[in-house]
Amino acid sequence: MKMVKCVVWDLDDTLWHGTLSAGDDLVLREGVVDLVKTLDARGILQSVASKNNHDDAMRKLEELGLAEYFLYPQINWNSKSSSVAAIRQKLNIGIDTIMFVDDQPFERDEVAFAHPEVETVDSAELATLLTMPRLSPKVVTEDASRRRLMYLEDQARTEAESEYQGAADEFLAGLGMIFHIARAKGDDLRRLEELTERTNQLNSTGIQYSYEQLEELMHSPDHDLWVCELTDRYGSYGKIGMALVEKQDDRWTINLLLMSCRTVSKGVGTVLLSFLLKQAAENGKRLFARFRRTDRNRQMLVTYQLANFRVVSHEGSDYLYENDLAVRQEYPEYIKVEIDA
Amino acid sequence: MHDEAVVNMADVTVADYAANIRAYLRENMTAFKDVELDDEDNIFERGFFTSLFAMQLLHYVESTFDVEVPDDYIMLRNFSSVRRLADMVAELKRTAGE
Repeated sequence: MKMVKCVVWDLDDTLWHGTLSAGDDLVLREGVVDLVKTLDARGILQSVASKNNHDDAMRKLEELGLAEYFLYPQINWNSKSSSVAAIRQKLNIGIDTIMFVDDQPFERDEVAFAHPEVETVDSAELATLLTMPRLSPKVVTEDASRRRLMYLEDQARTEAESEYQGAADEFLAGLGMIFHIARAKGDDLRRLEELTERTNQLNSTGIQYSYEQLEELMHSPDHDLWVCELTDRYGSYGKIGMALVEKQDDRWTINLLLMSCRTVSKGVGTVLLSFLLKQAAENGKRLFARFRRTDRNRQMLVTYQLANFRVVSHEGSDYLYENDLAVRQEYPEYIKVEIDA
Repeated sequence: MHDEAVVNMADVTVADYAANIRAYLRENMTAFKDVELDDEDNIFERGFFTSLFAMQLLHYVESTFDVEVPDDYIMLRNFSSVRRLADMVAELKRTAGE
């Protein structure tokens, strides 16, 4: 079962009773405000796919005090499946983590036809939403409860970036990014558990770790568990990356390296790896890494292989890399790296 | 005579790939903007190469030259200079054409 990351709402006769363009008197569906706020507090993102006049619908959402809860609302006359695709792309999440709510069977079928991985829900069933396992995370981390805000900050960055004329790295330099690397502490573990569940693209193995396993690894003298936080002048991205290193005599093995997809466009994926390379070299160790190829983690493969990790053995899609530590790359100038070892 | 002409043609193509890639790097990395960038220069030493930029470059190469870069071609050596990138494209074109 894959947890839902974003619920996409229809408006007319779903969020509210009545049809906006018909000039109806609109009344919010009973309990819908609580529903939206509860999902938000659980760290589940929400958006809108509605066939309406964009400005009219946004005005109505503002009036109802709900506009801020919806990221990248798609209010236009296109098919709902194309709106869902646009939301998926803007949020950079997997299509199988989207849930679509609409009162009309036609719209649900149209979305399901184009995106069979999207779960569709009839608006008549709204009352069951909060008890659905896919919408009920076991724990809600601090990062999760701030998730929508972080996306809003990111929206502001993206707008600034699209207005910026010049090389991408020049824009990144203006963000004033600080990348903080520290050993995991007890209150990081829930978030780390969540990262192993939620991260697909920049994930070296895709293996999920439970809270208990992470706790054991945190205390293990044979392991280093690193956690990273990224901030810039727009705010904090939260805890966005982790690395698990197994230490055996003169061999260190990176069993897991991952970075949240929120940071993909910030060029920080290489920083944590550079840190581990430096550490291994300073301690005179050989450095290995485990990698499991999936159809979604090509960027992680690129990160490792262009950091000069070479395949020493492989079985099916499981690879073991070694880095001879001959090539070391400095941290990028546009990121200040702080280490709390 | 005939053989030589073929070799020259191939060189022209590799040079075209190289010119194209060089222009792309200049446009997208500040470090290369106003400086000399020789085809043999190590681009990793000249500018910080994030995995993000590597992905962009990979997409650019694949879409511009209509090739698919397999996993085992993605290594520091093939990406370290304009010349090596161009050679890699030529090689992929050749194997695809066979």
